[in-house]
Amino acid sequence: MGTNSEIDNLIDLMAKLPGLGPRSARRAVLHLIRKRALLLTPLSDAMQQVAVTARECLNCGNVGTTDICDICNSEARATGELCVVEDVADLWAMERSRVFKGRYHVLGGTLSALDGIGPDELRIPRLRDRVLAEGITEVILALNATVDGQTTAHYIADQLEGQVRLTSLAQGVPIGGELDYLDDGTITAALRARKEI
Amino acid sequence: MDWRDHGILLTSRRHGETSAIIEVFTESHGRHAGVVRGGTSRKIAPILQPGAQLDVLWRARLEEHIGTFQVEPLRSRAAAAFSGRLALSGLNAVVSLLTFCLPEREAHPALYTRTERLMDLLGQDEIWPLAYLRWELALLDELGFGLDLTACAATGTTEGLIYVSPKTGRAVSAKGAGDWADKMLPLPPCLRGEGTAPDAEIAEALRTTGYFLNRRVAPALGHNPLPEARARFVDQVTRRL
Repeated sequence: MGTNSEIDNLIDLMAKLPGLGPRSARRAVLHLIRKRALLLTPLSDAMQQVAVTARECLNCGNVGTTDICDICNSEARATGELCVVEDVADLWAMERSRVFKGRYHVLGGTLSALDGIGPDELRIPRLRDRVLAEGITEVILALNATVDGQTTAHYIADQLEGQVRLTSLAQGVPIGGELDYLDDGTITAALRARKEI
Repeated sequence: MDWRDHGILLTSRRHGETSAIIEVFTESHGRHAGVVRGGTSRKIAPILQPGAQLDVLWRARLEEHIGTFQVEPLRSRAAAAFSGRLALSGLNAVVSLLTFCLPEREAHPALYTRTERLMDLLGQDEIWPLAYLRWELALLDELGFGLDLTACAATGTTEGLIYVSPKTGRAVSAKGAGDWADKMLPLPPCLRGEGTAPDAEIAEALRTTGYFLNRRVAPALGHNPLPEARARFVDQVTRRL
């Protein structure tokens, strides 16, 4: 290919990233090399730093650079509300909305008989401990509206029933959505969750 | 080669970055797997939920290949399944048992019809457990382990049948059971399609069908344990007592 083995190696590694294939990896690597001072060196430094410091929060499972993440450390977020999400990407999505001011608990997946994922493979035992230890008053189950997500939500609800207020996210018409384009399941869920205006 | 059929989605798992491998229980081709290109996209992933009724077009160069599916949604059952714990656990029980029990690419049109009817009742919690029980009896029948509940295996009588023999799967009367009564499985009237079928009876009947699934079907399929989802559904029925 006319390049040397180090660059080939970098292209191979980049091609393994989500959304990138060999062709786009080559373009990205070429771009990085051309912008060496502006992009390649700072990126390399940042990656090196993250490789050393990144770790999972021991309390909630969020990804951070300390053993206990900023959200768990913040006193301002001790509102008594705990939002349970499937993975870190969901936590980041919730944080982007800037609406929720409480703390999170990342399960690390959903229950799946097919893949042999049971409650102990997820952070469900830890969730039970946190509810008792942190004075939680409400657990918000912000799990995906999929069969696996809702099965997990119901399992957690069974485990925590009677100990704490349990709520889940509403399901229905998305912002900017047109009824004509919605599937019948979403319309049914939206109609069931209708509210007075 | 290709064929078109309609079916119920059983499982969907990610394949690579953009595709999914799904298993569909179809009317004429039984449990059949295939790749859905773009199956993890925002447009298609919501369609590929267990229980969804799909129109599928399967294509492959050779019959033994896994092939690809082109899917069109006919009915989503997600909203009905999400309406409550019983419905959701019921849906999980049905799809996991079908995945567990049925051989691949073997048509079971009668069972398919019953399954579709059962799925369409999701969300109607009052009648669903009884409909599920009847479906489980049909499943046992289809797999060759059907129960014969018409007459007593010991005396031939058709009256006073209150047990099922764990050995033969045939009905037994109180008199016919004799000293073996404590070894027998319960035969509540709802198992024979009689009476009002209260939840307590259905739970008892599920214990009987569960015995045959565990002791007859599972060993025939390599001694794998029955899917957890069935136990969770039975637990939900028992909680209503």
